[in-house]
Amino acid sequence: MIHIGTYIEQFINWLVLNFGAFFDLIKVEVESVVNSVEWVLMLPPFYVVIALIALLAWKRTGWGVTLFTIFGLTLIWAMGYWDQTMTTLALILSAAFIALLMGIPLGILAAKKPMAGRMIRPVLDLMQTMPAFVYLIPAVLFFGLGKVPGAFATVIFAMPPAVRLTTLGISQVPKDIVEATRSFGATSRQLLFKVELPLALPTILAGVNQTIMMALSMVVISAMIAAGGLGEVVLKGITQLKIGLGFEGGIAVVILAVILDRITQSFGTKKVGRA
Amino acid sequence: MSKLKIKDLTLIFGKEKEKALSLLKQGKTKAEILSETGCTVAVKNASFDIEEGEFFVIMGLSGSGKSSLLRCLNRLIEPTSGSVVLNERNITSLADLELQAVRRKEMAMVFQNFGLLPHRTVLENVAFGLELQDIPKEEREEKAKAVIDLVSLGGYENQHTGELSGGMQQRVGLARALANDPEILLMDEAFSALDPLIRTQMQDELIDLQEKMHRTIVFITHDLDEAIRLGDRIAIMKDGEIIQIGTPEDILTNPATDYVSSFVEKVDRKSIVTAASLMFDKPTVAIFKKDGVEGSLRKMRASGLTSLPAVSVDKAFLGFVYLKDLLELKAQKEHTIEKAIIRDIPVAYAETTVEQMLPFIAENGRAVPVVDEKTNKLIGIVAQTSLLIETTGASWENVTGNTIDNLQKEIV
Repeated sequence: MIHIGTYIEQFINWLVLNFGAFFDLIKVEVESVVNSVEWVLMLPPFYVVIALIALLAWKRTGWGVTLFTIFGLTLIWAMGYWDQTMTTLALILSAAFIALLMGIPLGILAAKKPMAGRMIRPVLDLMQTMPAFVYLIPAVLFFGLGKVPGAFATVIFAMPPAVRLTTLGISQVPKDIVEATRSFGATSRQLLFKVELPLALPTILAGVNQTIMMALSMVVISAMIAAGGLGEVVLKGITQLKIGLGFEGGIAVVILAVILDRITQSFGTKKVGRA
Repeated sequence: MSKLKIKDLTLIFGKEKEKALSLLKQGKTKAEILSETGCTVAVKNASFDIEEGEFFVIMGLSGSGKSSLLRCLNRLIEPTSGSVVLNERNITSLADLELQAVRRKEMAMVFQNFGLLPHRTVLENVAFGLELQDIPKEEREEKAKAVIDLVSLGGYENQHTGELSGGMQQRVGLARALANDPEILLMDEAFSALDPLIRTQMQDELIDLQEKMHRTIVFITHDLDEAIRLGDRIAIMKDGEIIQIGTPEDILTNPATDYVSSFVEKVDRKSIVTAASLMFDKPTVAIFKKDGVEGSLRKMRASGLTSLPAVSVDKAFLGFVYLKDLLELKAQKEHTIEKAIIRDIPVAYAETTVEQMLPFIAENGRAVPVVDEKTNKLIGIVAQTSLLIETTGASWENVTGNTIDNLQKEIV
């Protein structure tokens, strides 16, 4: 029998032992990001937050989504899950932000350098297909319990679509436009920022949407390592067999998902903006 | 001094370029090189010079290597060997930064599929080349506006390019290239994606523009008609090799190979072939005062003609004399041919085209005299037969005496 697990265990332990300070630094940084986002979301009264999100929905989409946003978020508040929802939202947004911060440059690299692309692709496959629970173990070893390991697991799970769709978007930029740009003496930086990224933007934004949705699907799993938020509500419902509690938490997650999905999707498709 | 000199330019695609190159030097064919090394020879030893202000057209079918050759000029594709010298400077050995400067200032390119940025307006697209040079927004937009007017795009400045028709988009492409004020304009099948009417219109406008701006243009096309309309000189490419370079008329009248002739046959020659290339330059003439009635009749009999051009002793063209008039004069015992000379006959000059000469034979079925524009000296005669052959597209071999005689009789 081969015990691959033993080697992985040894490797993780080695990482923890030798890079403890590094992980601590990351922990502090990520924690400050998550906490500041949460602080901002919790600062104003709930109706101001609802009004702002509804305003964004109205600007970007139509009346339907706007009304859904108002009713949905009010329902969450009325059920008494406002704080948990904001914690979850803060965690998702921070994790998605970190995932994009790493994923988009990686996607550009994979599109530009075929060799890098060939190396990145199997890693992405691994990240996406590995059962998400597995990430929890090293996450806890590196960062202890709480929001940071939750964010870590979420980032790993949510990053692949950002990388993949960025790569796709860049490689789909018509060759003749790239050639024309080069023929006018563009540097590779000019080519990237003036031509490739703007043309790939709709596809990249689809990746942003996917990343946020993937992050949302990690809510309950990351609650297992005390990340808190709505996941905790659902988890309590499961462990204590309280059907009502489970469904309430579940409905809140669904409402959040629909709002986030519709709003982020609107950035990728043609603008329906109103003045 | 030539503006752009291309010498022994060779482009090979594939992994074993060096080996393929040495095989090519040994004189192996493309097919042999392909089977031995797996490399494709896209351009083989292309050499030509382009003069300042010249409109140079490279014509060939798809796969002839013409677009690859063009891309070697600004190194969008790196040539495998050979040199491209612009203003005494070898482009092929430039470092990246210098090459960038050449692309920004000295060469600009227009593409078959336009290559415009769909997320930008016409103005932003035209100013794009200047934007890449970090020229301030106001200055570049001012320049761009001037060029937009030049290509008749005024009023479209703030439209997005995706909303424009093909012809309009290519105007934007042309304007973008001109905005950089390049010394050399590279045009890769610039009008091939347009429908025929728009294409002709764009060709006309390009000709007009070129008359104003006198740029050095390298234009790629697969259409010989287009090449002939636009080019001062044409290079014809086949399988990566340049097989003939010459003026449109050179190519039409002296095709170098069967391949070129097969193209030339399909071309509408009426507006290209000139009197100079069709005329018999030593026609039999009746020389007024030197040849009398008897002398002229003898010349007619000897050559089997029923009419002769009449010239003065210093060869100035006077008119035509006809057999029946001379016979009448002979019966009246006249000695000079003066009364038989029919004057005020329309004449052609050396550069008069077949198209312009057609009305002459339609009016009166005689040969067309070709005279020197300044001295009025007769330099040749264009026979109706030649004109008819040019017009109908029949070849000399196919024209047996019988059919032409019939045609001639109908006209006379």
